[in-house]
Amino acid sequence: MEFQTLTSPHTALPNSVNKVMLQVILALIPGIVAMTWYFGWGTLINITLAVSCAVGFEALVLWLRKRPIVATLGDLSAVVTAILFAIAVPPTLPWWLTVMGMGFAIIMVKQLYGGLGYNPFNPAMAAYVLLLISYPVQMTSWLPPMSLSAQTLGFTESLSLIFTGALPSGLTMDAITMATPLDEMRTQLDLNHMISEIRESPLWGDFGGLGWEWVGNWFLLGGLWMLYKRTITWHIPLSFLAGLILMAAVFWLFDPESHPFPQFHVFSGGAILGAFFIATDPVTACTTKKGQLIYGASIGVIVYVIRTWGGYPDAVAFAVLLMNMAAPTIDHYTQPRTYGHGGRLSG
Amino acid sequence: MSDNSYRSIITGGLWSNNQALVALLGLCPLLAVTNTAINGLGLGLATTAVLTASNSTVSLIRNLVRPEVRLPVFVLVIASFVTAIELSMNAFFHELHKVLGIFIPLIVTNCAIIGRAEAFASKNSLPRSVVDGLSIGIGFTLVLMTLGGMRELMGQGTLFDQAHLMFGEAARGLTFRLSDDFPGMLVAILPPGAFIGLGMLIAVKNLIDKRLAQQAAKPEAVEAESATA
Repeated sequence: MEFQTLTSPHTALPNSVNKVMLQVILALIPGIVAMTWYFGWGTLINITLAVSCAVGFEALVLWLRKRPIVATLGDLSAVVTAILFAIAVPPTLPWWLTVMGMGFAIIMVKQLYGGLGYNPFNPAMAAYVLLLISYPVQMTSWLPPMSLSAQTLGFTESLSLIFTGALPSGLTMDAITMATPLDEMRTQLDLNHMISEIRESPLWGDFGGLGWEWVGNWFLLGGLWMLYKRTITWHIPLSFLAGLILMAAVFWLFDPESHPFPQFHVFSGGAILGAFFIATDPVTACTTKKGQLIYGASIGVIVYVIRTWGGYPDAVAFAVLLMNMAAPTIDHYTQPRTYGHGGRLSG
Repeated sequence: MSDNSYRSIITGGLWSNNQALVALLGLCPLLAVTNTAINGLGLGLATTAVLTASNSTVSLIRNLVRPEVRLPVFVLVIASFVTAIELSMNAFFHELHKVLGIFIPLIVTNCAIIGRAEAFASKNSLPRSVVDGLSIGIGFTLVLMTLGGMRELMGQGTLFDQAHLMFGEAARGLTFRLSDDFPGMLVAILPPGAFIGLGMLIAVKNLIDKRLAQQAAKPEAVEAESATA
């Protein structure tokens, strides 16, 4: 029997890309289950479709670029991109939009820049924004959470809606879809209704929209698990949420009847998902600790600004892309000083 | 010799020194108005006319203008032609003029035009400058039209929509429509579509150049092999 002797350093191996991505996927599972619970089978169908498209496109480009296919696909980054995209889009999205989004994400945003590690923008969010700008109607047709809707779509009905656009007889798209809580809040506020009036509608839960806030909670659980496993560090999620809460709190204290309270902002839309899973993308986010704090807080502030005064009800994708653009500059100005070099007295 | 150099002027303008794909000049109108093929064609033809006229004028006065003041003079020449073109487009193609709007006066600031005046027309004879202006202009127009066609096709599923603005009522039949319920990809019409489309066109041009270079290199390689065998 042979006893293997290891030499120092006796520390655990650093996380490999593939392990990190696998942890991200595992951490997403509770949120995905919750989404399926509240919004039906569409999410799962979208995830399956998006993952197979992403892997297919990635293999195609790698083959064209004469790069190793199996090794690169094995890092699971395309799968994570696909899952994040599929979670962000409505569960009823027609199949060809998913295919188009994944093609754009993998081919244009990721591989044309050189593949994983070289892409300046988050592929999933770039694809989301491309589709949101091009097809606003399809991209905002959200189903209401199960408990609110009169008709719920079964598995085959969801499948036929996504692939053929055919609805079960007697139903129209308008009958089964519903404005998202953020959308609803914006519309009502624009009509000069007061928050206390708006929140009398059955659409609302404790903080955000009924159902929606629970999806956020389950994603939060996955995010905390990633923090525990050190897949991500606390800097970006915390500063993101702090930026958002701070902005919301200031305006809410100023006028609580026309500015929703901070918890509403945190538990609506993509804030939790964005804070823990999207903004923390190691490729496109800042790498220095101080930079990550600036990066996260700026995203939080931009999310609030766009949600409140911008043209779109939710803004995580736009905010993340905008700060992706700023990330290299932030990194440049926040480089930590090497011990013994530079500093005030060195000159 | 002279024939050969004319040929190189023409291929330079159309392909190897294409102002839009190689020199990347004149991107402002290129990106702004190419949302349909007809817009691209209209602006391209206007640019070609200005370019040819300014090139020939600059070439004629090239020995009279002192180098210290050449740039203001060139700009004045170009601006005069642009004004003339703009007024005549307003008179004869009023609808198209309305669609293109500010981008016709902005031809003055198209760096491709002053670039050709400075780099070519101020150093060459009249016929050569005219040929250069025409070929550069046509090369630019072709890119504008291709990009416009691509964006139009993706964005609204048509090709040569509103052709009557340019060619009169008879040209309405030119419009090609993919299908009546084509779900247009709005982003193709918006500015990002122009950047992405131009990037693709440049990629395709580089790919063709690479293939051509490989084909040119191949026969020699075969000959060299047979020689060694």
